[in-house]
Amino acid sequence: MVEFEPKIIGFLCNWCSYAGADLAGVSRIQYPPNIRVIRVMCSGRVDPVIVLEMFADGADGILVMGCHPGECHYLEGNLYAERRIKMLKRLIACTGLEPERLRLEWVSAAEGSRFADIVTDFTNQLKSLGPSALAGEKPDENILSCVRAAERAAGTSRLRTLVGREKKLTEEENVYGEKVAQEEFDELMEESVKEEYLRSRIYLLAKDESISIEELTKHLSADSEIVLRHIVVMKRRGLLKMDRIEGDNPLYTALEAI
Amino acid sequence: MTEEKVGAILVVGGGVAGVQAALDIADSGFKAYLIDQSPSIGGVMAKLDKTFPTNDCSMCILAPKLVEAGRHPNINLITNAEITGLNGELGNFEVKIRKRSRYINEEKCNGCGSCAQKCPVEAIDTYNKGLSDRSAIYIEYPQAVPLKYIIDREKCIGCGICQEICKPGAVEYEQEDTEATLKVGSIILAPGFESFDARLKTEYGYGRFQNVVTSIEFERILNASGPYGGLILRPSDGEIPKKIAFIQCVGSRDAQLGNNYCSAACCMYSIKEAIIANEHVPIELERTIFYMDIRAYGKEFDAYYSRAREEYGVRFVRSRVANVEEDPLTNDLFVHYVEDGEPKTEEFDMVVLSVGMRPPKNVEKLAEVLGIKLNQYKFCQTDTFSPIETSKPGIFVCGAFAAPKDIPESVVQASAAAAKATATIASERGKLITIKEYPPERDVSLEEPRIGVFICHCGINIGGIVNVPEVVEHAKKLPNVVYAEDNLYTCSQDTQVRIREKIKEFNLNRVVVAACTPRTHEPLFRETLSEAGLNSYLFEMANIRDQCSWVHMHEPEKATEKAKDLVRSVVAKTRLLETLKKPVTSVIPVGLVIGGGLSGMTAALELTRQDFEVHLVEREKELGGHLRHIYYLPGSENPHEMLKSIIKDIHENEKISVHLNTEIVNVEGYVGNFRTTIRSDGNEKQIEHGIIVVATGATEYKPTEYLYGTDARVLTQHELEENLAKDRFSAKTVVMIQCVGARTKERPNCSRICCGHAIKNALKIKEVSPETEVYVLYKDIRTYGFKEDYYREAANEGVLFIRYDDEHKPKVTQENGKLMVLAWEPILKTWFPIEMGTLALSVAVVPNHDSERLARMLKVPLTKDGFFLEAHVKLRPLDFATDGIFLCGLAHWPKLIEESISQACGAAARAATILSKKTLEVEGIVSYVDEDLCVGCGLCISLCPYGAIEKDERGIARVKEVLCKGCGTCGASCPKRAITMRQFTDEQIIAQGLAVLRGAVCG
Repeated sequence: MVEFEPKIIGFLCNWCSYAGADLAGVSRIQYPPNIRVIRVMCSGRVDPVIVLEMFADGADGILVMGCHPGECHYLEGNLYAERRIKMLKRLIACTGLEPERLRLEWVSAAEGSRFADIVTDFTNQLKSLGPSALAGEKPDENILSCVRAAERAAGTSRLRTLVGREKKLTEEENVYGEKVAQEEFDELMEESVKEEYLRSRIYLLAKDESISIEELTKHLSADSEIVLRHIVVMKRRGLLKMDRIEGDNPLYTALEAI
Repeated sequence: MTEEKVGAILVVGGGVAGVQAALDIADSGFKAYLIDQSPSIGGVMAKLDKTFPTNDCSMCILAPKLVEAGRHPNINLITNAEITGLNGELGNFEVKIRKRSRYINEEKCNGCGSCAQKCPVEAIDTYNKGLSDRSAIYIEYPQAVPLKYIIDREKCIGCGICQEICKPGAVEYEQEDTEATLKVGSIILAPGFESFDARLKTEYGYGRFQNVVTSIEFERILNASGPYGGLILRPSDGEIPKKIAFIQCVGSRDAQLGNNYCSAACCMYSIKEAIIANEHVPIELERTIFYMDIRAYGKEFDAYYSRAREEYGVRFVRSRVANVEEDPLTNDLFVHYVEDGEPKTEEFDMVVLSVGMRPPKNVEKLAEVLGIKLNQYKFCQTDTFSPIETSKPGIFVCGAFAAPKDIPESVVQASAAAAKATATIASERGKLITIKEYPPERDVSLEEPRIGVFICHCGINIGGIVNVPEVVEHAKKLPNVVYAEDNLYTCSQDTQVRIREKIKEFNLNRVVVAACTPRTHEPLFRETLSEAGLNSYLFEMANIRDQCSWVHMHEPEKATEKAKDLVRSVVAKTRLLETLKKPVTSVIPVGLVIGGGLSGMTAALELTRQDFEVHLVEREKELGGHLRHIYYLPGSENPHEMLKSIIKDIHENEKISVHLNTEIVNVEGYVGNFRTTIRSDGNEKQIEHGIIVVATGATEYKPTEYLYGTDARVLTQHELEENLAKDRFSAKTVVMIQCVGARTKERPNCSRICCGHAIKNALKIKEVSPETEVYVLYKDIRTYGFKEDYYREAANEGVLFIRYDDEHKPKVTQENGKLMVLAWEPILKTWFPIEMGTLALSVAVVPNHDSERLARMLKVPLTKDGFFLEAHVKLRPLDFATDGIFLCGLAHWPKLIEESISQACGAAARAATILSKKTLEVEGIVSYVDEDLCVGCGLCISLCPYGAIEKDERGIARVKEVLCKGCGTCGASCPKRAITMRQFTDEQIIAQGLAVLRGAVCG
């Protein structure tokens, strides 16, 4: 049997990790040829939506690399990347895909061997994990719809606002001059991620055809009471409308985003 | 003098120093002639494999500079030529030159190389140091600039084949030497150095034993484009060596040979060669360096030295090797040496001699023609306070010809020489230059993408592993690719011409190059697009060398697949590229220099000599910085007199506004247009300027060890110096301890200047009180360059030097009022006590406490040790990565007076390349807000570290393009996804990824 060769997408910042990867080359440090690097100016450029898009399309692993904390060419872009990746891992955990398929690492321009070590390690880790459920000819439809929902959730302004403000709120202060405790924020984030993810799933399920709460409850293995609550919010936000009533079940359908 | 000056400068020598000087001159409004004896520029650096301490590939970082010099409209390259005469004076020199015949018409030769392939005569390849052969018609190296062949007339037998083969008809056997006269305003000498001829050191057997090679030969052996393709082989039998010895100080620190000086770079290059060597063999290589002192005195060099020992397993033996013998049967080598007083012999497969630097060949003739003085070693004569000036006004010096030195210091001096040379003719700025004009940009916005793909073999660097023709075929089939080809070197000058031709021929509107890294080569290709009338952002690179062929050397098939993926991925992005405009900004022709020490004052004065106004800001109430505490120098120069005269120059200079007792409060703006708030006595005021020079200096480590602060007899070297200068010295025994607070766990690096300082004070003691005993307890004595003379002088004067290591640090005690030190005697292996009247501590130089604050304001980085970190330690030592901010003096790293002056002048030259322009173009990769999507939440404004986003009157975010650095954090956070990061758009990045994952370019 041919050994499984994972497909890895690497997002490398231009100044440190891309230079580190170049240094690995200049130093002729050998590592497995599974990674395909996409150069970005800063790890802070890596939009969560892009990462999920790559997973949806069958990437076995994604490696985001930036400068070590304190060394970012753009001062703190890497720290924002760190928080986004943390949020992303929460989201991925909802989908059935293994969160360890996403990794964030710091590599400086002088760390060619560290770069090679990380790529080697990640490649081996993915080899033992096996192919992504979404890789190959027949991706797992169920997980795919989950990842698409996660992708949609990552694009919602709620999650993006929270992750964008996290650093300021937890490290500096909020508008009342108070610092939000990290644990408190984590709880809020965890809850928001789950809610936005579920709403995105509902939205996508209701997109193609009208669907009842009962069917949604089956698809999502969630309490009907919770599904109803989300539907109420989504109706208010103009994301869903009631299409028609079949028997005693109202059917809902998604609206095009405004 | 009423005669008009000439706005042109001659630079003699086309190594890295000469090239840098020429570029700085040409970029600040003057014409440069760059003359070299060789058929191509590049000098020694072009022959090196890697550079320390970053292990950057030498050619990779140098080639773009060479190409830039080769194509600069205001640099005239004159190769294979020499100077034969000089008339006139400063401002108006007439230089006679002789250009030797190449037997090739440079206008016609396209560098294709067919001639060399058919040439039946083989000659020794001097580029590869005689380890391989080349033909009689040749270029020095594959990336040669200019890429023009030459006939080696001594070897050529005149068969006539090359002329018959040459399609452009470039071969001219009848071509003769030509004479010419150049009119220039000033001259810069950068003729570099010659390697020491190791045959003169007969006991090491070079020239007799085949497996004894010089370090520069070893560089070529290590190099992938070297004689053995980057595999280390013994010249005698082609076997891979298992044990290699490196012998230091061959031709340096050798009074017998008359070369007493230290060659300054050999310790580091040997460590580098030893580290790198292991990567060039399939086995674990035993590497031993035989040395006297390891002189790792430069920025972060000691950390590199530690890594060599601890991580890379290089063995260091402190010993001067007596001689080398060969086993005539096996050609193995026996190295005889003495360690810890015991004679030893060890067998090696190969010996590398770390050869020192000698003055350039024919230097006496050059000095005679130009009328400049040489020093006792026949290097150029300079002074501490005028390290760039030769003895003749209007002629300046830089690089190794001034004193042995490494690459960054040569580059620093090159910029410094450019400052000096242009200052003498500042009135002539802009008079002799041609402004580079590009053809008008073709509007491609309505065209379907037509992509041309150029795939580089990089000699064998890529082509030896990746099947390049297969990648070309793959590229040809991709959507919108209308043309694809492979090149031996896509970066070479002839390929640039070719790319331009292909753009025209196939009406290309986007270009992809698959080669090395965009980090070094993207600017070059972008320029080529501009020259072809295409917007330079319609270009992308696929990195199939550094991130493919070099790292998957043993998996050629997989590497080829990866190269295809990378090319496909980049093509997918390229289809979506759009024309970008570069924002243009005006330039305020005023400089801000932060720090009023020697470096800051020098930088300020140099800027005024270039006719720019300067604000000089000093935190303290007087100018002078550290120099105020330097009372004497090892030579005859008087630092206090110099300081007084410099301060007088500053105060009398109408172009300089001095701000004493003043702090920087805030810095806003960007290159060309900075607005800085300064505060003095509680009053704040704003100044506007185009550039910033950081010259904030450093400070002395305050020791907590060795009873400093408890016993008044324990002093720092500065305190001892003050006592000596003020006649307050009386001790009968003085002990000096080196590396106090330096080369420790917390501060692993060397402070560079303390060895010299200790020796200066020791010599002074011997001068004022010859009977005083002086002991210097040291780890390594690091008197690099000509300062070695003072070390020898001190030893001759009876100063006792005793080495200690970390396990045997001196122990200082005070008993019954007696100040005692226990010192370790390494040969007798015993502790012995010394009672002393004075203990002088050579303390570390540490960064200023508020460097961090300033770094944050300027948005520039610091090193781990807390010194300011330049853009590139090798080739951009004076620039920060942020445009318009420059660095000099102790703020960069500990350094000597002459080094600070060189850096300050150099920083001024770098600044002048900006201040001399009326307008500047900045990068076009900036973000953009879609007004219809933005809801004005302000998140992007709080995330942008450069303050580049503001709300307009409608409350909608707007990007201030000249401030945007293009990181894209705003876009990745925007809740409404209203921000697009140009050149890195979501669509482009996703297309790149999907092309990899789907195995095809979609959409």
